[in-house]
Amino acid sequence: MEVNAVVKIALVGNPNTGKTSLFNQLTGLKQKVGNYPGITVDKKVGKCKISEALIAEIIDLPGTYSINPTTLDESIVLDTLLNKSNESYPDLVIVVAEVENLKRNLLLFSQIKDLELPTLLVINMADQMARKGISFDLEKLKEELNSEIILVSARKNSGIDELKNEIRNFKKWNTKPMASISSKIDEEYFKVVKNTFPEFSLYKSWLLITQQNNCNFLSPEFQQKLSVLNADKEKIKKYQHKETIFRYQIINDILHKTYVINRNEATEFRFKLDKILTHKIFGYLIFASVLLLIFQSIFEWASIPMDLIDGFFANFSEYAKANLPEGIFTNLIAEGIIPGIGGIVIFIPQIAILFLFISVLEETGYMSRVVFLMDKIMRKFGMSGKSVIPLISGTACAIPAIMASRNIGSWKERLITILVIPFTTCSARLPVYAILIALIIPNKRILGIFNLQGLTLMGLYLLGFTAAILSAILLHNVLKIENKSLFVIEMPNYKLPSLKNVFYEVVEKTKAFIVGAGKIILALSIVLWFLASNGGESFKTANDTVKQDIGNQNLTKVELQKKTASFKLEHSYIGVMGKMIEPVIKPLGYDWKIGIALISSFAAREVFVGALATIYSVESEGEDVGTIKERMGAEVNSITGQKRFNLPTGMSLLMFYAFAMQCIGTLAIVKRETKSWKWPILQLVGMGILAYISALITFNFFS
Amino acid sequence: MTIGNLKVGECGIIEEFSLDIIPLSLLEMGCLPGKEVKLLQIAPLNDPYYIKVNGSHLAIRKEMADQITITKLG
Repeated sequence: MEVNAVVKIALVGNPNTGKTSLFNQLTGLKQKVGNYPGITVDKKVGKCKISEALIAEIIDLPGTYSINPTTLDESIVLDTLLNKSNESYPDLVIVVAEVENLKRNLLLFSQIKDLELPTLLVINMADQMARKGISFDLEKLKEELNSEIILVSARKNSGIDELKNEIRNFKKWNTKPMASISSKIDEEYFKVVKNTFPEFSLYKSWLLITQQNNCNFLSPEFQQKLSVLNADKEKIKKYQHKETIFRYQIINDILHKTYVINRNEATEFRFKLDKILTHKIFGYLIFASVLLLIFQSIFEWASIPMDLIDGFFANFSEYAKANLPEGIFTNLIAEGIIPGIGGIVIFIPQIAILFLFISVLEETGYMSRVVFLMDKIMRKFGMSGKSVIPLISGTACAIPAIMASRNIGSWKERLITILVIPFTTCSARLPVYAILIALIIPNKRILGIFNLQGLTLMGLYLLGFTAAILSAILLHNVLKIENKSLFVIEMPNYKLPSLKNVFYEVVEKTKAFIVGAGKIILALSIVLWFLASNGGESFKTANDTVKQDIGNQNLTKVELQKKTASFKLEHSYIGVMGKMIEPVIKPLGYDWKIGIALISSFAAREVFVGALATIYSVESEGEDVGTIKERMGAEVNSITGQKRFNLPTGMSLLMFYAFAMQCIGTLAIVKRETKSWKWPILQLVGMGILAYISALITFNFFS
Repeated sequence: MTIGNLKVGECGIIEEFSLDIIPLSLLEMGCLPGKEVKLLQIAPLNDPYYIKVNGSHLAIRKEMADQITITKLG
């Protein structure tokens, strides 16, 4: 073997087998997450040194129970293993199984083995065999499966060296198929299949036949050939069932000869815990407490690092402005790019904490119990028990939340979940709510304990959830999509979470968010900066116009500058846009300056505060350089003479921000996940109309 | 008699089932004709069903449980 040869390894396995633990052990920090071209499924690839001369490039494929996909994630496994032009097409496959569910794990193994690729079986959690009352004859099992088997304990890092040693020999592995499906199902039919595709293993041809819709890498001529073979859908379905039953027969026979399990040993604990966690009272109480803990940490604990980040970027921006040579590039950096990056980084603490909880809850096996507990309730709203996790995630950010909806098997339930997630109060709405509430709601206590401002904030959260639930019910009744119930979930055994796995998961998900959402927010911040610092004729001649206007008034240099800046903003592109929409938003109680903030908010909602800060800081004259809140509070409506941010306008704005779909990042993700512009446009228009109407009603109600 | 008729703690043997009703994925997770199934728990609102079949612990919705015919044991 030549020096530094690279071998591509695909890591495949059922969920909850410790596949990811093994991946983390093998690759450590030498892993990165990319995207599969065209789809947003995370692709985890890592490097591992097998020997001095051999480097492995390991791809951690999404967990799956079978090679026949039922979700988007699972179809990745199929594509990677069948499509030779996929850049991750492996030289060898490692199937990860665990001792306790070996039988079901072997189904996937038998399918992969039949692709006639070099395949190795790794049995994980070998250290727990005795505790679980399991024993098996390893040599005999190797013989029966015609494969090499390595026992590991990924969490304890044992067996990893043996695994690496075995990988070196992969060219010598037996690649004979395990189940000869043809003889047991329909010999005639499979003879035709074999003759049509003599270049493929029989099982690969069969998979292409059954999964044609999931294989978009095939040429039209090839598709044509397949269409002939899978014309009779009923027959294909029947053969797939027969195949699965046949596979389990073989596996049962093999395990009967090699594997002994004494089930009574460790099921007691699981049984007791299940009884409590899915109890009709305690189950919900425990779940409510977990939710409370998550929200508490997202809002209380995350605010400390968030304030630090906020301060850091504000200082950084000022520092850049002060120290870089004056000019358009400095302005771009100090007013466009740095605040843009700051706007993304500020969300890291909340997102990381949220993923920390979700990852721990998933690792322990508790999430499946939540799904079990909530499924019936969620189904009344047209969603699934699996929608709970995305809806919780939505309180941090809708983007990862929408991505977390992928494992919902039914398309209708998944679509409704995706469509209503943006109603949940994401963290970008918080700064907007915070400043508006501080301006319009008195800081009073009612009934002695409840803070009125806090109650308003809580009300807005409830409003978001209510809007999500009500619109889900509406969509459930309106959308005419056949709802095939594909709801089968595994209830895994309880485990202590592995810190290493949790850490990697948090880092990886947070990174994916920054890269995915960050690009859009950053790009838009730059566009907004451009629109605010450029304009038409009257913008360019601003300096002269202002000088003429003030005539003989004695203004200091600073005052003159501010007046000019204010004039410039009004006549910049974005100022013109604000004025343009003023007639539309006037009935809601807003002027063109709030209009600018509304337009700016389409990059991300929290830009509202920043945009108003910019507007009022360039506008405020004289010595008045208070905080943004004071400046907003001092703003006067020139027509009525009242405060601009009075109760009607403030409440109207709160309603508008609670309902409007002001997030380009979310729209882009919805487009990618639903593969259609129809759904994001529906969200934008539907939520926009709702926002407008409720803001209009609110304004008139309080006026 | 179907899984949907079982009481918590009861067992049955899955009979042959119609291919149109049972999705392949359920079969692949171990829910096969001839296998013993035990109802471990029912979620608070009487749905879904938490079963153990062929060594796998699964939760399925009642509508599916109602379609899988069984012979009751014991």
